[in-house]
Parts: sequence; C-alpha cells; structure tokens
Amino acid sequence: MAVNADAVGKTYPPVLYAVGREKIKEFALATGETEPLYLDHEAARAAGYRDVVAPPMFAVVYSGAAVSPVMFDPEVGIDFALLVHGGQEFTWGPLVVAGDEIETTVLVKAISERGGNAFYVFESVSTNQDGHTVCVGTWSNVVRGA
Amino acid sequence: MATTFEPGTELPELRVTPDRMTTIRYAGASGDFNPIHVDEDFARQVGLPGRILHGLWTMAQVARAQTEAAGGPHTLRRLSVQFRGMGVLEREIVVTSKVTTVADGIAHVDTEARQGDVKVVRRGEAELRLG
Repeated sequence: MAVNADAVGKTYPPVLYAVGREKIKEFALATGETEPLYLDHEAARAAGYRDVVAPPMFAVVYSGAAVSPVMFDPEVGIDFALLVHGGQEFTWGPLVVAGDEIETTVLVKAISERGGNAFYVFESVSTNQDGHTVCVGTWSNVVRGA
Repeated sequence: MATTFEPGTELPELRVTPDRMTTIRYAGASGDFNPIHVDEDFARQVGLPGRILHGLWTMAQVARAQTEAAGGPHTLRRLSVQFRGMGVLEREIVVTSKVTTVADGIAHVDTEARQGDVKVVRRGEAELRLG
C-alpha cells in the first residue's frame, strides 16, 4: 500500500476546551498523582494559583480533544486496525489552572513510509485565554504493514 | 526537594502497580475509550493478552517521576517518549531517570519505564526547570 501524503500541511479549526476543577482532580487521581496542587483548591490558592493546577499530562485531555478528529479524517486515511501510538512529545509553557479556556489547533506535520510501516505525525498547539502557549504536542502514530 | 541535579544523578525511582480498574478510570479521565484498553473480550480477539495499558497513562507515570523529583508541575518543561513495549495490568512498573546534563537552570534527564523485562516507555527525554 502506498501512503498518501496529500494531507501534510493541513490544519483544522481550533477546538476550545474549558478546564474544570473536578476534571483535573479526576485526571490526577486516575494517574496516581498525590500533589495537593492538583487535588485541593485551597492548597493551590495558598500557593498563589487561582484554582487547582492541571498536571502537565492533562495536556492529553485539552489537546486530545483537538487531535482525535484529525485521526479520523478520511483525508489522512489512518487504518485503525493496525494503528500503534509510537511516540509522544509535549513542551509546556505556563501552567494550566481550573477556569482556563484552552484553544488547540492541529497540523498534519508529516506522513511517510519506512520499512513497510506508515508514520503519521500531528502537531498540536494549545493557547490559553491570555494568548500564552501552554503546550505544544507532537503525536507520532505508526500503522504497521502499510 | 532533596535531590541535587548533577550529571549522573539518578532521580528517585517511581514504582507503581496498575490495578484492574486503572485503564477504566484512565479511559474516563482522558476520553480514550479504545476497546483494547477497556474491553477484555475485544482485546483477546485482536490477539492481545488482555486489556493493555494506555501508553499515555504510562507516560504520565514518567512525568510524575520527574515533577515529584524536581518539586512540582512547573518544573517539567519538555517530555518526549517512545512507546514500544506493551503494558499490562497488575504488574509493577518501575520508572528510572538519570540526569545527563545541567545548563542554564535546565536539567536534561534520560528516563524510561520498565515492566519486568519490557520497556513500556523507552528513549524518554525530559527537561526540568531547576530552582
């Protein structure tokens, strides 16, 4: 199967995510976090934050909401039966806090074929309501035997 | 924070054993309901030993090891990982991390997560803001 790279460079409309206190706590507990900044809004306020702070990997939640539709885009053409999440990179800026509104845009960065496998790389850029970039994500997916 | 960040410093190991509900809880928290993580029958039908861990849950353990060692969420500037091995439930995961360089208030750390002999997260690279 030849890999179709026509979608490289495609961008998608921004996706807005409203960060909620209970969602942060749910994510923190599901990943085994014990840091009070994530779980106790009074501890977070005592440390100078407006509300509970999102653990860095909460980026999966607010930027994942924008990446999922891209993975299902027929123009990208991922074969889900053979899909493996190959790698992930995040670079973080200012911390995300409950009450923030995070807007994420996604770009199809690369599609390639190597050793019989297809590689799909997406980049997400997430910005808070003050215009600061809070996270850039690089999502690498491998479709085996493409 | 007792850790002194110098090249060669090994950060405290993080050991965690995912229980049978881990992937269910993480699916709800993250929104990733891929059936290989939540449906035992489906996972076996596609040739897996059973429900497997989300790679991003395991990456979250690698991230947690860094922020706990460096003193909070603001310390983690970058984390890059490769997923190759398959993580399973009810078996201990060990995250190890070693400082490679320190410059301009940033520590570069090599990190990985093992489950038995399987590297479930490998080629992990973290950048930590110090001080």
